[in-house]
Amino acid sequence: MDFYGFEPSSRLFLGTAQYPSPAVLGEAIRASGAEVVTVSLRRESGAARAGQGFWELIRSLGVRVLPNTAGCHSVREAVTTAEMAREVFETDWIKLEVIGEDDTLQPDVFGLVEAARILTDSGFKVFPYTTEDLVVAERLLQAGCEVLMPWGAPIGSGRGLNNVFALRAMRAHFPDVPLVVDAGIGLPSHAAAAMELGYDAVLLNTAVAKAGDPARMAAAFAQAVEAGRAAREADPMEPRDMAEPSTPVIGRAVLGDA
Amino acid sequence: MTVRIELNGEPVSTEAATLADLLDEKGYNGAVVATALNGTFLPKGLRAAAPLSDGDAVEVVAPMQGG
Repeated sequence: MDFYGFEPSSRLFLGTAQYPSPAVLGEAIRASGAEVVTVSLRRESGAARAGQGFWELIRSLGVRVLPNTAGCHSVREAVTTAEMAREVFETDWIKLEVIGEDDTLQPDVFGLVEAARILTDSGFKVFPYTTEDLVVAERLLQAGCEVLMPWGAPIGSGRGLNNVFALRAMRAHFPDVPLVVDAGIGLPSHAAAAMELGYDAVLLNTAVAKAGDPARMAAAFAQAVEAGRAAREADPMEPRDMAEPSTPVIGRAVLGDA
Repeated sequence: MTVRIELNGEPVSTEAATLADLLDEKGYNGAVVATALNGTFLPKGLRAAAPLSDGDAVEVVAPMQGG
């Protein structure tokens, strides 16, 4: 597993938003074992300087940051945000979001491909937040992306993997591309399912941040991701329609009227 | 000379001649921020050479929580 040459020890990537407090955020990140966390850029007031403390906290945790372009609806906004993020966070990684529809926060895949091309041409390592559409995925790879991040379900919905068929097809179609299920994961079982499908990592935020005990949920996700990955590597059985006794039939005692 | 600009969407008047001066005047000294002028990224190293004019839109952003 290799994301632009970086091999994280954990396949769980965690968002940093919506936690009840900075202290809980710190605990959750530590409990998750995540080495990659997402961050954003927002307007800073010279009086409040709210972002400065947040940045100090993240730096103290020793994790790698993946800045996003969350909320951007146009190619220009996304590109400018990425450029600002590269300077502030001192990384060429960018989680590229170009939002096309507000109810589902579905990516505008046309703008996404265009922005991905511009950014890879200027040296960015783009992690595109995309749909499970194979044609779009191919275009993103042609645009220079070396990682794809299809959604599981709409951002923040917690619905899990809405389209397992398509996610399985994507894995099969791009066996050598690092794939991350990003968005929609609500439970550790969803994360385990993504790993069982052969995804290389999962990225989630709300499921941990909005849990009653975020640190404990973060630990639960860490276990689920490990279990799902181990299951994938162990080559799971295929489901079948008919029952088949697991206990040997031969040698069964005859004890009554047959 | 006073110029009237928008700083993070709010109208402000400033004596600052450049973007670098504006950041000092508005309390950003030493802060980790990135800037855009009229929708275009303005790298840190160019702020001192970026004059401000009436009607300019300045964005100043900093690290924040994100998913």
